[in-house]
Amino acid sequence: MTPGLPHFLFVGAVLFALGTYTVVTRSNAVGILMGVELILNAANVNFVAFNHFNPNQLLPGQVFSLFVIVLAAAEAAVALAIVLAIFMNTKSIDVADADTLRE
Amino acid sequence: MALLVAVIVVGVVRMVPGSAPLLAEGAELARPSDLLFYALAALAIASACGVAFSRNIIYSALSLLGALIGAGALYVYLKADYVAVTQLLVYIGGVLVLILFAVMLTGRIGDRSRSNPSAAVLPGVGLLAAVLGVLGFVAFKAPWQTGSKVAPDASTASRIGDLFLGEYLLAFEVVSLLLLATLIGAVVIARKEIKE
Repeated sequence: MTPGLPHFLFVGAVLFALGTYTVVTRSNAVGILMGVELILNAANVNFVAFNHFNPNQLLPGQVFSLFVIVLAAAEAAVALAIVLAIFMNTKSIDVADADTLRE
Repeated sequence: MALLVAVIVVGVVRMVPGSAPLLAEGAELARPSDLLFYALAALAIASACGVAFSRNIIYSALSLLGALIGAGALYVYLKADYVAVTQLLVYIGGVLVLILFAVMLTGRIGDRSRSNPSAAVLPGVGLLAAVLGVLGFVAFKAPWQTGSKVAPDASTASRIGDLFLGEYLLAFEVVSLLLLATLIGAVVIARKEIKE
């Protein structure tokens, strides 16, 4: 059958659920970041699908998904910088080891 | 793993109300473009499973590549060409390379079995099932309003360019300022401090 809006929303839901699972279970900080990227991609799939099935001259879904992509890139850069800073201090990127506020 | 996911996806799709009469009439055969959607969705979901369940952080990062490509291909399927190209450039060209750099710089890569440990797997699986159940239910049961007219086939790049410099100018400028701040902030956080 022809894929409609629910099919795309279901793909987004699966990506979101797997992303939350990754964030919850990983103890590696970079792994957690991968989960966040999955979650943001799930949101993007939903935005673009809504935009496609409700055509609008202003393309709100596509423009919003572009902003999400920009914010995801910015978030990844800052988060990886923080991970590197933590690694330089504690010699570990296990999030359970980063439990002090001082060096 | 990928086959299992594909079977699950097809099974769920079969349960959607409205599909049974179509299949019974035999009028609606699966078109190649529909099969393409299911292939792309299976690629994205199987790769996301790889990210979530792989024991090796390198395999997780490479699976993330598959998930991002699958999502980008779905954007092409939805006639959002500019978003798809941006996805390829920013995510796969930028974010994924950054993540691989971080993995190489920080991990004990040779320590394969322990490079990507998982904790609290059981609550995680519970959360996975709960979130998937609720969102899947909403996706298939909610009375979504879909527009009657079909999206035009024309390229969206020029229209998005006009919108960025017209309707969405303020948001566009704020985002560019945010990127500048991010650039400076990342450098400041990641540099080695020089102790006097």
